[in-house]
Amino acid sequence: MKIVVIGAGIVGVSIARVLSMYDGLDVTVIEKQADVGWGASKANTSIIHPGHEENPREHPLRSKLCVEGNRMWRTWVKELDIPARWPGELMVFTSSEEEREARRYVELAKLNGVTGVRVVYDRELRNLEPWVNPAATGAVYAPTAGTISPFEAVIAIAENAVENGVKLLTETEARRIIVKGGVVEGVETNRGFVEADVVVNAAGIHADEVSHSAGVEEEFRIRPRKGEYLIYDEDASVKPARILHTVPTPLTKGVYALTTVHGNLLVGPTAEDLPYEAKEDVSTTDKGLKLLSREASKLLKELPPKSKVVRTFAGLRPEPPKGQWLIRAYTDPWGFLNVAGIRSPGFTAAPAIASYVVQLIAETYDIQLRRREKWNPYRVGPTRVNGVGLDAVDSIIRKNPDYGEILCYCRMVSKAEVLEAVERMKTIGVKPTLDGVKFRVYAGLGKCQGSFCRWRVAAVLSQATGVPLYKVAVGAEPYAFGDVKVLLKGDPSASEGV
Amino acid sequence: MKECEVVVLGGGPAGMAAAARAAGLGLNALLLDNRETLGGIPLQCVHPGFGVHYFGEDLTGTLFAYRLMEKVEKSGVETLLKAHVHSIEVEAYDEKLVNVITREGVLRLRTKAIIYATGARERTLFELGVPGGRPAGVFTAGEAQLLMDLYGVLPGKEIVIVGSGDVGLIMARRFALENAKVKAVVEIMPWPGGLMRNVVQCLMDFNIPLLLNHAVVGVVGRRRVEKVVVAKVDEELKPIEGTEFEIPCDTVVVAAGLRPNVDLLEKIGCSIDQATGGPIVNDLLETTIPGVFAAGNALVINDLVDYAAEQGERAAEGAKLFVENGGLQTTDWIPVSRGRNVRLAVPHYMCTERDATIYARVLRPEKNVFVEIPELQVRKYVAAVRPAEMLRLKLTREQLKQADGCDKITLTVVPRE
Amino acid sequence: MNETELVCIICPASCTLKVSTVGGEVKVEGASCSRGVEYARREAVNPVRHVMTVVKVKNGDLPTVSVITSRPVPKKCVSEVMKSTAELEVEAPVELGQVILDNVCGASLVATRRVKRLV
Repeated sequence: MKIVVIGAGIVGVSIARVLSMYDGLDVTVIEKQADVGWGASKANTSIIHPGHEENPREHPLRSKLCVEGNRMWRTWVKELDIPARWPGELMVFTSSEEEREARRYVELAKLNGVTGVRVVYDRELRNLEPWVNPAATGAVYAPTAGTISPFEAVIAIAENAVENGVKLLTETEARRIIVKGGVVEGVETNRGFVEADVVVNAAGIHADEVSHSAGVEEEFRIRPRKGEYLIYDEDASVKPARILHTVPTPLTKGVYALTTVHGNLLVGPTAEDLPYEAKEDVSTTDKGLKLLSREASKLLKELPPKSKVVRTFAGLRPEPPKGQWLIRAYTDPWGFLNVAGIRSPGFTAAPAIASYVVQLIAETYDIQLRRREKWNPYRVGPTRVNGVGLDAVDSIIRKNPDYGEILCYCRMVSKAEVLEAVERMKTIGVKPTLDGVKFRVYAGLGKCQGSFCRWRVAAVLSQATGVPLYKVAVGAEPYAFGDVKVLLKGDPSASEGV
Repeated sequence: MKECEVVVLGGGPAGMAAAARAAGLGLNALLLDNRETLGGIPLQCVHPGFGVHYFGEDLTGTLFAYRLMEKVEKSGVETLLKAHVHSIEVEAYDEKLVNVITREGVLRLRTKAIIYATGARERTLFELGVPGGRPAGVFTAGEAQLLMDLYGVLPGKEIVIVGSGDVGLIMARRFALENAKVKAVVEIMPWPGGLMRNVVQCLMDFNIPLLLNHAVVGVVGRRRVEKVVVAKVDEELKPIEGTEFEIPCDTVVVAAGLRPNVDLLEKIGCSIDQATGGPIVNDLLETTIPGVFAAGNALVINDLVDYAAEQGERAAEGAKLFVENGGLQTTDWIPVSRGRNVRLAVPHYMCTERDATIYARVLRPEKNVFVEIPELQVRKYVAAVRPAEMLRLKLTREQLKQADGCDKITLTVVPRE
Repeated sequence: MNETELVCIICPASCTLKVSTVGGEVKVEGASCSRGVEYARREAVNPVRHVMTVVKVKNGDLPTVSVITSRPVPKKCVSEVMKSTAELEVEAPVELGQVILDNVCGASLVATRRVKRLV
């Protein structure tokens, strides 16, 4: 049985991982980008939601999978060595109107079976969160909220899936689902035809287009919703202990402030609905960034100075009509599934979505699932110099001197780590790029944002892959234009890179 | 565990000058640098303008670096390259541990004094608050310089430079020389951020437009930079609505100034001056942690490399006094206060025991002024002052003696009238 | 008559200088010192510049060597000097002061960086 999953975002790779648990399934994930997780999975708030913000009357499946997902992540992060913390969340209110609104979530928590959600005031609030704004009168505390490194999660799951036999094809764009006689035959891609008995559409923001090409859900359209974020330097002193959240209003979904697993204060998101065609617009705006500072200062006692902002970014979340996830298996065409419009809390729910989808495949297409005996649930994360004791650093250097060659000063990342990332990328079939390495080893995510280390990492990639320095890819584009004399030679074709 | 009297962090101009001087003064010194060679940033500077004060000769950055390397070699000071300082631990006021990562393993150094000469880093587009996308094709000026002038790589062919700091101006000329098109240099202030000599010889010579009072308000591009959006700014440096225009380009080079690299100083609790971004120091360039000295761009952003080297030597002299006397024995420190049109001044504390040098920058350009310290009855006529150009004022011990009993001395810039 | 305006770079005062050439005579206005007048004359009569760039290196520990003209060349020759480096490539090792290209616009290109040979 050949199964093709379209999209190597958090949903796609999670489905692939769960599929890899079973015998007799030949699973391929196709991804149009050069790496896994470069869509909505990379640029989000990095929260594992408790599930107390989902209304089970409006979104029963979403509510159920969110709560289940929160539970499953606790196992997954351990099995897969994904950086995660479970600090709990405080929905902070400053007025009686806000309190009334916030209290609704205590009720929703009960309906969803999310335990421990309660209102805290004054001293307890300040004990839970010393950084909370003194104007806060109380908060709804949800102790099961967590935060995770979202891009590392996708990478870890993809690595584990590949380890268990899943094939990953990057830079492979699904153009059309091929259906013959009402039955799915495969996917037409920019790299040719990929045969499949079952196709799972997990194409994120482009899932509507994929669905249309299979001839189903022609009314279904995904709207890009932009979320902008601010990240502060790890040396900024403001580090909230909990995940802080403003009370959602009819106008805003609320802004979060939290300390990421990497130790940075993260503020976001905004929520701006873009036109349907703006599926590539990940630019930040002056207006959005100002709104974030304003909202964050409502949550926090103080905000670090502007000069401590090390990065701003925006992500596009797939917003389906009425916020309804579209998870459905079709009998016409036989073998096609939509896992589409997976907006928030999609990241949280991903493991549960994966289990649900795999069951759905089995039931709809009458497949007997047999657990493989040899399935390996574990993946070990990369070795890092930063954050371990000096003795441990000394002993890894003695095994491999490349750990003693620090390339990124801000995040203290060694050459060995970059080389390991390159090997890991090759192992899962990903072309080594500067962005890919950055998100695996954190080189360039610190204060200088790569002005000291990007060329050094590029030089290591150039050597490891045999590509000239200027041609090493950043994301989809080469790092630089060409040889220094290329324009003087008056022959622009001599620079192949651009 | 290796013992020494002073460890110099950073093998650029300040660090090399410091190490050579420390060895010359008879200290048991060790010079550390991250990279595979000494020299620091000047090794990637192919243009002249280096060394006029320090060597009495106008050298290229590269030649300046070699001269200092020779000095280091002659001094016999021990040098450790490809060495990354993991952390500093202050054990006692005259005992510090410097933990160093090398390819041979972790090295632990026990030392009495430290000279911190780790240079600066460049400000990024994020720090400037420029919104928009972050496609490929965005470089800091230093990264562009390194790629072009060490590794023979041309970053792009149609360039917009954000900020008019010296490295950006120098790079504008380098791009123009290699036949790339520099579309504009965009500067938010009403005056250039770099030296006038560079404005004339790097921009005017090549007819490169310098847009003063303008800001880049957006970077646009799907995969690679396609254009930037530029707007005029008002007196508060806020973009004026309706004045936006686009400049097509494939590359953005950020030259919006440098910030002292003070990570490790902050971690051990040194006080930082918000005006310089560097540590607060006394006239021997000792920080607020006894025995930890700072020099070069890690102390204050210098316009001339000569001053960085000079500060390195001064810090070495401070370290010598510290090591010899078990700490600096001065008890009466006189704060240096910033008067009219003074944006920053280093050092922050003076004493009356020895000659000293003040380095300062002004807030805004002004012509026909006196730079003065009324308490010391020091007054110097200057035809013009500019924010881009450092003021350097040498004070003798005799002059400083007049500050005896003063609760501060004030550096101020006043019109000549 | 030929009139140009330049910014003096002799000192931070950055005077705006008006230079006019009538016949063979150069007239300078706006300078506040004699050094400025001298600068303006030089710029008006025969402006010269050093050219600094990099030249490709084969088999070196770095792929380029930095070079500078041995003496300043007339400003109008700058692009000619640059063109001469377009196809130029030298073999490592390169020593400081090594002449990389002789006799271009009355100057030579001299190495300002050491490049070791990679074996």
